[in-house]
Amino acid sequence: MIVGYFMSLTLADVKRIAYLARIEVSENEAEDYLRQLSGIFELVEQMQAVDTTGIAPMAHAQDVVLRLRPDIISETDRRGDYQSVAPQTEAGLYLVPKVIE
Amino acid sequence: MLNATLKELSAQLAAKKISSVELTGEFLARIERLNPTLNAFVTLDKEKSLAQAKAADALLASGSAGTLTGIPFAQKDIFCAQGWPTTCGSKMLANFVAPYDAHVIEQFNRAGAVNLGKTNMDEFAMGSSNETSYFGKVKNPWNTNAVPGGSSGGSAAAVAARLAPAATGTDTGGSIRQPAALCGISGIKPTYGTVSRYGMIAFASSLDQGGPMAKSAEDCALMLNLMTGFDPRDSTSLEREKEDYTRDLDQPLAGLRIGLPREYFAAGLSADVAQAVEAALAEYRKLGAVTVDISLPNSQLAIPVYYVLAPAEASSNLSRYDGVRYGYRAPEYGDLADMYSKTRAQGFGAEVKRRIMIGTYVLSAGYYDAYYLKAQKLRRLIAQDFSAAFQQCDVIMGPTTPTTAFNLGEKSDDPVSMYLSDIYTIAVNLAGLPGMSIPCGFGSNQLPVGLQIVGDYFAEAKMLNVAHLYQKATDWHLRQPQ
Repeated sequence: MIVGYFMSLTLADVKRIAYLARIEVSENEAEDYLRQLSGIFELVEQMQAVDTTGIAPMAHAQDVVLRLRPDIISETDRRGDYQSVAPQTEAGLYLVPKVIE
Repeated sequence: MLNATLKELSAQLAAKKISSVELTGEFLARIERLNPTLNAFVTLDKEKSLAQAKAADALLASGSAGTLTGIPFAQKDIFCAQGWPTTCGSKMLANFVAPYDAHVIEQFNRAGAVNLGKTNMDEFAMGSSNETSYFGKVKNPWNTNAVPGGSSGGSAAAVAARLAPAATGTDTGGSIRQPAALCGISGIKPTYGTVSRYGMIAFASSLDQGGPMAKSAEDCALMLNLMTGFDPRDSTSLEREKEDYTRDLDQPLAGLRIGLPREYFAAGLSADVAQAVEAALAEYRKLGAVTVDISLPNSQLAIPVYYVLAPAEASSNLSRYDGVRYGYRAPEYGDLADMYSKTRAQGFGAEVKRRIMIGTYVLSAGYYDAYYLKAQKLRRLIAQDFSAAFQQCDVIMGPTTPTTAFNLGEKSDDPVSMYLSDIYTIAVNLAGLPGMSIPCGFGSNQLPVGLQIVGDYFAEAKMLNVAHLYQKATDWHLRQPQ
């Protein structure tokens, strides 16, 4: 059985979450987040008081199954249109900085 | 003309009493006068709007016009409209011109309607006050020191101030109903899956739903006829027979069982709101309805469950904003990882980042079961509460919000306090049920009060009937600011 309990958030947690979310966070901002997120998680802890043994998780309001369609081409090539809003492109490719090891 | 209903405008256009160009021009002129104060619109394009109006006039002249041809509508800036800036209230998309139309926009275009402009909204639909928009706060037309509600605050303010005959909104946790309530207009969030989310910028995919915001339930019904329908491009779009949502508007109410959840009339509800809602219920009894006490025992859980599930889905949906293919890219950065993290830190506002952080945490290894999975189980319990309640009643009613519009800045420092104001609307999204808000009076500060009507799945026609008969017997929905 998984027991959920609220371990107080630490600054290290905030920085780890920020990394996972790919959002740069300064030292000051990290402290602000610590305060705000702790408040929100206190609210969320109310969930733990309720027994949900045997309850199936509900992902979706309606019981639907993903539709299938025939494996044929149904889209037209609109790369030009879609790339017209890109920050940087060249020869039909999106340009990004090098990934440095 | 500013107060004309969609039905009245349609008749006037058909009778050639007015042209679409004239009608659109009138609203554009009014927007020019009043929008600087209200900030309801983010993007206007007179040329485009008038060109559409001209095309609509041609359709009207040729006799091949539909009910809503030639009528201008304000579009929430969450709907991609080809060739129009589509910002979602964010710096991240401030420079984004949509290369395609959302399904909803296509429907309006196909009907020959006119796009009056894009309305302001809380950033990425995250907010209940329209204070988080990159493009500035929207003011409540009833009192410009007060919030219009959110996230569809621009649309609500536009309709209330008669800057548009009607508008579209979206609702993930109350974002159509709550601003409708705070601005004294009518709005409906239909059953999840009835309005295609294709081209509707995603916040929380299992909760988001587009819907109409207008001056009456009848107008909402006309718009729903346009907005609903199967769309294979949205994997959650439901394949159902097309409905005419106006078909039952005038059905007599006698015998209607109205469920009143005791949890919605408890502590936290402002006395003046309670009073206006009780008066509305008395009116319904006069119309032949009976009220039934019901309970939605897991109501309190809706807030924590929502503030786990919605941010979780948002963190996933907003991971696409990385400065690579569209939208904002940080002007300076080192390597790719640095580009991502600076782009997202600079492009997103504080509330959006907060919710992404929450979502990332609850989905992360070690916490997924305790938070996300737990919330999904509680979601089922909340949905079951409603199913049980609908065994005893036909519709559920209560206040849409615990108070009338609060002042700008009053809650923006305390996210939890802001979140608590969604208490009556959120559970409806979690269950996927249809919900609407109609004006039912005023609070102690002369600000509007909204009555929420919740129906069972696919009961929109019934709900609109229930609302319409109330609007025939009362005139709250005809009131307008100053």
